[in-house]
Amino acid sequence: MTDNLAEVIAFWYLAFMAVTGGVGVLALRNPVHSALSLVYVIFHVAGLFVILGAGFLAVVQIIVYAGAIVVLFLFTLMMLDMRGIAHERFVHRQLWLAVPLAVLLAIEAVFVGVGTPEVREAFLGAFPPQTISDLGGSTQAIAAVLFSEYLLPFEVASVLLLVAAIGAIILARRFDRELEAMPEAAEAGESGEAAS
Amino acid sequence: MDLNAYLVVGGLLFSLGVLGTLLRRNIIVMLISIELMLNGANLTLAAFSTFLEDMAGNVMVIFSLTVAAAEVAVGLAILVALSRVFPVVNIDQLDDLRG
Repeated sequence: MTDNLAEVIAFWYLAFMAVTGGVGVLALRNPVHSALSLVYVIFHVAGLFVILGAGFLAVVQIIVYAGAIVVLFLFTLMMLDMRGIAHERFVHRQLWLAVPLAVLLAIEAVFVGVGTPEVREAFLGAFPPQTISDLGGSTQAIAAVLFSEYLLPFEVASVLLLVAAIGAIILARRFDRELEAMPEAAEAGESGEAAS
Repeated sequence: MDLNAYLVVGGLLFSLGVLGTLLRRNIIVMLISIELMLNGANLTLAAFSTFLEDMAGNVMVIFSLTVAAAEVAVGLAILVALSRVFPVVNIDQLDDLRG
């Protein structure tokens, strides 16, 4: 990879901002702020994907994570009763155990990351930058691999999404027995279920 | 930038996700922290994919995104179903199965 100055500055900016957003996720008291801090992390990780030459992943990351997953979190936060959350303690009792273990894990991750040796020529795959640009970009290169070598896992992933959607609907709906117990919820439930 | 810098950032994001999962009491924030861990892993996969010049890492990120979406949908549905029975959002109030 070319190691020019603009790329180095962009990397350090995006990396610093992503880690800062990660601290925000766990340090902000309000869950809505945590979710928005996750959006912050997602956008900066997408920027890192762009520097890595994986533009398609950056776009998918923003559409799926920021567009779908975080919105799902925010919808659920609206459905749940979050009153009084500002006055309770938001940190678990096991703070004394969690922080040293996580710091140890972070030290270990940095150690492994720094100690990883240079990539050897023998391990290089079939997609050097020249091949990718000949194909027309990272999107075409992903498609070439995804729809040939990984076609079966791709189809299984679509089945997984279908099962997850059906499972979420089944889990979150009110059962008929509960609706009979609450007749006024029965009409409200019919319209409310569709939205959830 | 070289591979090591990306691995360090991915590792730090993963560690922050672990810390958030262990530290926070709110169930939704725990799920958000799990997403943070997945983001760190995705960054590592994409970095290896670029530096090893192999598209398999990029494909793995797409599958990882799929699994993350499914996981969040089911996890939040469980949370909504749970909140009907026990209207609490803090994880250490849900100790009904404790012996």
